[in-house]
Order: sequence, then structure tokens, then C-alpha cells
Amino acid sequence: MAVICTGEGRVLTVNVTGEVDHHHARTIMTEMEQAVGAALPRQLILDLSGVTFMDSSGIAVLLRAYRRASEIGAAVRVTGVPEQAWKVLKTAGLERLMTFESETGGKNPRPGRDTYETKTGK
Amino acid sequence: MRQKPVNEVVMTFLSRSANEGFARTAAACFVAQLDPTLDEVNDVKTAVSEAVTNAIVHAYPQTLGKITLRLRLFGDQTVEILVKDNGVGIEDVDRAREPLYTTGNEERSGMGFTIMESFMDRVRVRSTPGKGTMVVLSKQIARRVGLPV
Repeated sequence: MAVICTGEGRVLTVNVTGEVDHHHARTIMTEMEQAVGAALPRQLILDLSGVTFMDSSGIAVLLRAYRRASEIGAAVRVTGVPEQAWKVLKTAGLERLMTFESETGGKNPRPGRDTYETKTGK
Repeated sequence: MRQKPVNEVVMTFLSRSANEGFARTAAACFVAQLDPTLDEVNDVKTAVSEAVTNAIVHAYPQTLGKITLRLRLFGDQTVEILVKDNGVGIEDVDRAREPLYTTGNEERSGMGFTIMESFMDRVRVRSTPGKGTMVVLSKQIARRVGLPV
């Protein structure tokens, strides 16, 4: 598992790789919150294209990121979502809170699923 | 009459979070005998991860305890996965199975049982406060066309 954060302007990209489960969730949350706190972005992009497995701990991770972004008025976009992770995330209805893009991005979006805009975007 | 399993594996491990990955990978390897699709394997892995994580987080909150994982295959292509602990038990199983209900820490979302129910055909939970909890997950793997019966 690894969390790599890169920023350009007021856009912060967080690349999460490996397995997102209870064992790794706290580390991911901590590293992500530290990066958001340091960058204070207007937009937070969570790139999940390197995630090899996700269980419901991933829901908690994304909700935590969403709450932190809401506190600073940042929009959240989740990109590169693998099919297995997407099946977990949609169980919790997270597409109502943030924008999702599949692994193939705009070339093959999931109709009706990843066109929602985050409620906190300004 | 209850079928007899055609194959069975039983393993016991400590309630360390590092064993979550081990447990779901073991279940995925075991179910591979049925030539499942990637989706079916991922469903089993995810459900096992939820059940084992529940045991690790809730059954032994202040100590390490033992978790038993029993994997069974039946002739009708059904895989049955039992996750059993001897921990604190669940006071109200119906409430624990409600979406978003959790007594766990911040890494838990309260969606564990909901995901188990969504990804598997059947989820049975039996728990006795002070004695432990047993979760039994079942899923029938579709028979692939062209394979010998």
C-alpha cells in the first residue's frame, strides 16, 4: 500500500495503490489528511487506479476525505476506480457525494453513475 | 438432507489485522477450484474480508484472540465460508446488520454486513454475548459452459 500526493496550483492529486482494507485504512487516512492540510486545495483528486483490492474500509476512507475537503470548500473527484472497488463504493451510494470516473476515464464512463458533481464544490 | 462437502479446509489465526489479507486470499485460492469468474472471486474475497475484519475489530477489542476460517465446497458448486470467533459476541444481531450501523473505530463504515449480503447468496449470523460469533457465507458459483459435470 502506498499514498503519493502531488499538487499543481490548487489541485491536489492523491494516488492510492495496493489494498485498501482495515489494516491499511488508518495510514491512508492520515497521509491523505496531512497532504490536504498542507495544500489546502480547491480540488482534491483521488486516483484509485493502483488499488488492487478494496473493502468497506475504503468507504470510510473516502468519506473521511470528503469531510475534510468539505471543511475547506474543496471539490472531490475520484478517478481510475477499478471495477471491484466500484462495486463496494456504490453499495454505500457515494456517487451522491462525489464525482467518480472509471479506470478508462471519460472514454468509457459508466452511464448515469459518474456524472454527479460534489455538493461541496465552489 | 444436508449435502456432504466435497472439499474442506479449516484454519485458525490470531485476530491481527495483517491476517485480513491472508484470509481473503486463502478463500480466493480455495474457490478457484470451481473455475469462477473474476467477479465471483472478487465477491468472495470482499465478503470474507468484511467477516474477518468484523471479528478482528469487534470480537476481541482489547486483546488478541483466535479466529477460525472454514472453507467448504459442495457438489452443486456452492462455496460455504464460516468465520468463527470466541469473542465478546453481538448483543443485537439484527441491529448490527443494519446499513451504516457500527460500534467500530473510524476505519469502519458500518457497511460490512450490507456488503456481505450484497455479494453473497446467503449470510447467516449466530452470536452469543460473552461466547462469540459465527458468520456463514454461501455463494453458488456458476458452472462454466464446456466444463465436465
